[in-house]
Amino acid sequence: MIDITTQYLGLNLRSPIVASASPLCESIDNLRRMEDAGVGAAVLPSLFEEQLDIESGLVDSNLSRGEESFAESLHYLPDLQTYNTGPEGYLDLIRRAKRAVSIPVIASLNGTSLSGWLRYAALMQQAGADAIELNLYGIVTDPDVSGSIIEQEYCEIVSQVKSSVSVPVAVKLSPFFTAIPYAARRLAEAGADALVLFNRFYQPEFDLEALDVVPQVTLSTSEELLLRLHWIAILYGHVKANLAVTGGVHTAEDVLKSMMAGASVAMMTSALLHHGIGHVRFVLDEVVRWMEDHEYQSIRQMQGSMSRRSAPHPNAFERVNYMRVLSSYAVR
Amino acid sequence: MTNRTAILDGNEATASVAYRLNEVIAIYPITPSSPMGEWADQWAAEGRKNIWGVVPTVIEMQSEGGAAGALHGAIQGGSLGTTFTASQGLLLMIPNMYKIAGELTPAVIHVAARTIATHALSIFGDHSDVMGTRATGFAMLASNSVQEAADFALIAQAASLESRIPFLHFFDGFRTSHEENKIIMLSDDDIRALIDEKHVLRHREHAMSPDHPVLRGTAQNPDVFFQARESINPYYLACPTIVQDVMDRFAARTGRRYRLFQYAGAPDAERVIIIMGSGAGAVEETVEHLARAGEKVGLLKVRLYRPFAADAFLAALPKSVTSVAVLDRTKEPGSLGEPLYLDVLTALNESSAAAPRPRVIGGRYGLSSKEFTPAMVKGIFDELKQPAPKNHFTVGILDDVTHTSLSYDPEFSTEDPQTVRALFYGLGSDGTVGANKNSIKIIGQDTDNYAQGYFVYDSKKAGSVTVSHLRFGPNPIRSSYLISRASFVACHQFQFLDRIDVLTAAQPGATFLLNAPFGPGEIWNHLPRKMQQTIIEKRLKFYVIDAYSVARDAGMGTRINTVMQTCFFAISGVLPRDQAIEAIKKAIRDTYGKRGEAVVQKNFAAVDSAIAHLHPVAVPSQVSSGFDMLPPVPLQAPAFVRDVLGTIIAGRGDDLPVSAMPVDGTFPTGTAKWEKRNIAQEIPVWDEDLCIQCGKCVLVCPHAVIRAKVYDSSKLSGAPATFKSAKPRWREFETLRYTLQVSPEDCTGCTLCVEICPAKSKSDVKHKAINMLPQAPLREPESANWDFFSALPEFSRERLSHSQVKDTQLLEPLFEFSGACSGCGETPYLKLLTQLFGDRLLIANATGCSSIYGGNLPTTPYTTNAAGRGPTWSNSLFEDNAEFGLGMRLAADKRADYARELLHRLAGHLGDSLVSGLLVSAQATEKDIQAQRERVEELKKKLANVPSPEARDLLALADALVKKSVWLVGGDGWAYDIGFGGLDHVLGSGMNVNVLVLDTEVYSNTGGQMSKATPRGAVAKFAMGGKHAAKKDLAMEAISYGSVYVARVAMGGSDTHTVKAFLEAEAYDGPSLIIAYSHCIAHGYDMAFGLEQQKAAVNCGYWPLIRYNPDLRLTGKNPFQLDSKPPKIPLKQYAYQEGRYTMLVRSNPEAAKELLVLAQNDVDRQWRVYENRAAMPGHAETPEPAPAEAESVVKTAPENGDAE
Repeated sequence: MIDITTQYLGLNLRSPIVASASPLCESIDNLRRMEDAGVGAAVLPSLFEEQLDIESGLVDSNLSRGEESFAESLHYLPDLQTYNTGPEGYLDLIRRAKRAVSIPVIASLNGTSLSGWLRYAALMQQAGADAIELNLYGIVTDPDVSGSIIEQEYCEIVSQVKSSVSVPVAVKLSPFFTAIPYAARRLAEAGADALVLFNRFYQPEFDLEALDVVPQVTLSTSEELLLRLHWIAILYGHVKANLAVTGGVHTAEDVLKSMMAGASVAMMTSALLHHGIGHVRFVLDEVVRWMEDHEYQSIRQMQGSMSRRSAPHPNAFERVNYMRVLSSYAVR
Repeated sequence: MTNRTAILDGNEATASVAYRLNEVIAIYPITPSSPMGEWADQWAAEGRKNIWGVVPTVIEMQSEGGAAGALHGAIQGGSLGTTFTASQGLLLMIPNMYKIAGELTPAVIHVAARTIATHALSIFGDHSDVMGTRATGFAMLASNSVQEAADFALIAQAASLESRIPFLHFFDGFRTSHEENKIIMLSDDDIRALIDEKHVLRHREHAMSPDHPVLRGTAQNPDVFFQARESINPYYLACPTIVQDVMDRFAARTGRRYRLFQYAGAPDAERVIIIMGSGAGAVEETVEHLARAGEKVGLLKVRLYRPFAADAFLAALPKSVTSVAVLDRTKEPGSLGEPLYLDVLTALNESSAAAPRPRVIGGRYGLSSKEFTPAMVKGIFDELKQPAPKNHFTVGILDDVTHTSLSYDPEFSTEDPQTVRALFYGLGSDGTVGANKNSIKIIGQDTDNYAQGYFVYDSKKAGSVTVSHLRFGPNPIRSSYLISRASFVACHQFQFLDRIDVLTAAQPGATFLLNAPFGPGEIWNHLPRKMQQTIIEKRLKFYVIDAYSVARDAGMGTRINTVMQTCFFAISGVLPRDQAIEAIKKAIRDTYGKRGEAVVQKNFAAVDSAIAHLHPVAVPSQVSSGFDMLPPVPLQAPAFVRDVLGTIIAGRGDDLPVSAMPVDGTFPTGTAKWEKRNIAQEIPVWDEDLCIQCGKCVLVCPHAVIRAKVYDSSKLSGAPATFKSAKPRWREFETLRYTLQVSPEDCTGCTLCVEICPAKSKSDVKHKAINMLPQAPLREPESANWDFFSALPEFSRERLSHSQVKDTQLLEPLFEFSGACSGCGETPYLKLLTQLFGDRLLIANATGCSSIYGGNLPTTPYTTNAAGRGPTWSNSLFEDNAEFGLGMRLAADKRADYARELLHRLAGHLGDSLVSGLLVSAQATEKDIQAQRERVEELKKKLANVPSPEARDLLALADALVKKSVWLVGGDGWAYDIGFGGLDHVLGSGMNVNVLVLDTEVYSNTGGQMSKATPRGAVAKFAMGGKHAAKKDLAMEAISYGSVYVARVAMGGSDTHTVKAFLEAEAYDGPSLIIAYSHCIAHGYDMAFGLEQQKAAVNCGYWPLIRYNPDLRLTGKNPFQLDSKPPKIPLKQYAYQEGRYTMLVRSNPEAAKELLVLAQNDVDRQWRVYENRAAMPGHAETPEPAPAEAESVVKTAPENGDAE
């Protein structure tokens, strides 16, 4: 019997595939189907503190626009009973998800203020989240803010959140650190129980005809996995935290590679959007088949087996490898 | 019994009772009663139950006539039903009112009494509407205050159920309907205690039911109708006693005692005023004041006006009375007197009492909410002392024509010295009124004080000035008039000081709070001389705060309401400062809490930082300013504009005498240009090097403040130094110059022009050919540039291609500077209409936004060209606009017919060539029309020398020989709902009228109520849960005639298509209908993006661009043309940019999701239908193949052998 269970954030998961934060996880039906398809856990879409603020402002400006200006029309829109501008809708999603599925439900949070991180993390725990993923997604545009200041802020957030909740806390990172291992170590020391590599950023596109910048979302490809594998392999064994791959996991091979690099779990969204939620079952079957073919007994057996620490040629993960790639390219 | 107090207005007070007492509520929006229906709809949406434990059904109908019909049916069906209305709406209910009363069916109609439109529409209050219903058989009960509005809503219904006579419960529009006051609420138990279940049961048993079938509503004949009509007499005889019984039971329960005719004043009064409605408040205050001084005066309040209980009336009038003034808030021209006066005379005349009858005079007051003050009341009492008092008088105006008006001492005041009186001048957009409503609630609820708030708005929708009148104090406040002596005055907008004398009402020693961008040390020299003088003379305590910077720092943008409210409490000392701040924050949480924590927190931040920025100003002893207030209009304006309209603009319209007013409601056009409002903080500035001269900014500007001209370069001599010009980007005009000019003082700063501008800098793409810059430093130079530009000659219309957008935007607009909302989506269409056909345009305008910004005084946006020609415009009603416009067409055609007939008759005098030229010209092109105008001028010259009556007739009619363009303009409320029957008939008439429907998809003017044009899934008033039904396809309904030109246009979707549709509609010799997508403030987003949303509406297939041109059938083509491309984006991508959709997503995500699916289905289905229709071969539209097709049929039919 092949054992595909894994441990992540102190939680025993029945499979290493976790549904990453996405609109797919907004639907209880989808969560049930994910559970049926075999995911080990699901991360709910992020609660964005900034979005709550923006929505609050939008509701206010929509209701206020033109009000009390003209005797015949003192308001232009009806004032509804509720606008769900607070976190209640999200907390309700956690509660409904917990009732609907037995796999761990991980809440995801993106705050804008320290008080926001703490307030919403505590509320998520109260609502029943099994763990909280801190989505440290931010675009730093201020040239006066240094990387060390940002890293310090991140550590502060992690440390404070950890001291305010008892459930495990994962930290989702961007790849844009000068020294990823150092940042990862500090975050782990600040209390992060897991590091999720890496966030995918919406990349604004340029419309040459309209001379405008337009937001766009593209689904990931397996190509993107390589960056994640690279850093998971480097970090494995050097940080206390669990590691998770997110971004570019589409196939059974991708899952296997992630495990071998050192990840506890491999997270999927794009593949599910592309192939449907049932794709999880297909991938897991493929994983098992591969493991059978190659006589692996368990996922745990392979985790970290090809990390930098365990790889036969660790310099493959270092600069030497880069030079080799370049020269081989030149030869062609 | 509970004594729970609340601060609310008369509409809410009434609705709160009516809602709890009824099961079916049929509604239709009309000012000032709309909020009653809105409250009912909101409570039903929230699931609130009536006293029988069910949620009333609230249904919006297509008109008040429809609402009355539905009410009639509901109460015949055994339900308890009600409706709310006013003014024209009540008139539309009259036929049903006769029926309901004739059938003795209990029900109450609650009316916020409002002026009936005569020489002009007025949204304000008087009794002309309710008096128009006094013959219907409805009982009529008048409440005089907010408290009474709640109480009488209950008393009316209880009495109606018992008496079986339907009641009209009314109170004064705005003065009571919109006045906020502290009242004692009626609990459910209070209501239950007054309603006798056996009468309810009787009503239910009387219901139409097949289980005990009856027939009601027979047709009767001369033999019995009369007797049957008299059979109801006992019910009317019993009614007053029933009402008094109910009032007595009400008093026993609540302690508030009412009489059918309620007397107040000296028991031995000799002079008495008889009145009903809110004016009784001012009279009662005056009576108490005078009686305290020993004057023998009194007041008789008429509460139950119909049935008029003469006995009760006579019993209530003190026997000591020797002279009586009866006041009517209505006018019946030609009558011997107004209704209440005649009733009083009749009652006295029919009295059998032996005592000598008092002398009775009647007078009119308060029409259209004209102020009615204690000073006027004193004037009436003084008149009653005269040996021969003036009868049929007016009070409150100066009638220098027929000299009806009474004089009075305006300085007389009865204001309670213990009452604090505060005045606040603000802008609609700065939140002043909302904050003051909160302040009243704080004072009324957190203290033992009584509180009253009344709010005055101006007639503009953009940059409108609001004046809040707040009273609070230890004694009940009955003062039903504006504050003219204020102990506190706040001016929330520094720019008002130039034009509004905000300190007129400040009493000596009052406090003055000013929001200004200057600190306490520098403010003095920025005040006009008059203001400095007033501050010194009245010894005002003067405070200043830069509220905008405080608000900005707190993240509040331009909402300074919280900052100014905090300052008011801090200075006025109404509450201890800490307690006040706590109360303000509580009010903020109550008001904004559900909008989200972020909004609450930024308001808190504004409160916390306000007081630190509030500074007392040391007032110098000398006036030192180097400038004074500006005149309301420039001195060079025409006399009527300067003397009459200017006086209105300055807020002194009350001072205008009768002789100043046109007798028949006719006003000159072209007056808006004199009212410089300077409401934009930023204005567009042209970059002539970057501009591609596409004209889009000119096209979309809602206020016609951006204009383009092409002119000879020689005209540039004498141009101001900063005047810009460029080489025209027309090959044929390259030797000339082109200028794009902005009128800085008329711009509202909406930025639509910037958003639409397609020309971007190649090195800095955010810089466009038009960019916003602060107005203040540009005001002077750009005004000079605008004046210079305006004086440049207009470009020749004949040299332009009217089907090219770029060219049309060189045509002079004859609609400018209206009071429409900043960024309005309707006005660009109207402006285009005037550019294309303005000098021969007749407009019939349905009541609504377009009639308000088109025709609300003081100034009018329709204007004339250099030849003095321009649109002529009229508004009849809301419901009849199609018929009204058709009448205009008939008249224009008839005048032209007769003129042509006269041409034939006078041909001998005029010459055949001229006559035939005049008769045969098709006037299809601009050039033809110009030629016809020239022929008409020649005709006039010749006619001047023909001495015959027919020649004089023809001279008077000669202009009718130039083709006229008749347009019926209105919103979707008119076209889809209330006016649909008439519109349908007119479209079916075949007459050459053009209909322009400015489709905002809601009743915009009354505040965004659902119409049948509202799309599925959007939230609107009366559709709080999102509209469930799909939007009506008015275009397809019209197309079904086959003989109507129909277009659906969206300027943001395709401006070329829009222009083409306007030209084709006008050219089509038959009825035309253009349905124009008009973005609106009620859609819930920043209207700067209005055209972007229009484009999205087209791109997602929600608003397909179509033209249906029956003329195409003549050439065998399919008349149905689908001009937009198949949907490129999902509906969601368009809809979810708008608050009207996303509010539901936030409020009820599940419902929103379901409705979105259905709405997307609507779009898909509509697209398929349109696509199929557009793909039909032309011959499918005609019974006989058209010539072109007949040919093709022949060519393609050889195989059956019949081709030969």
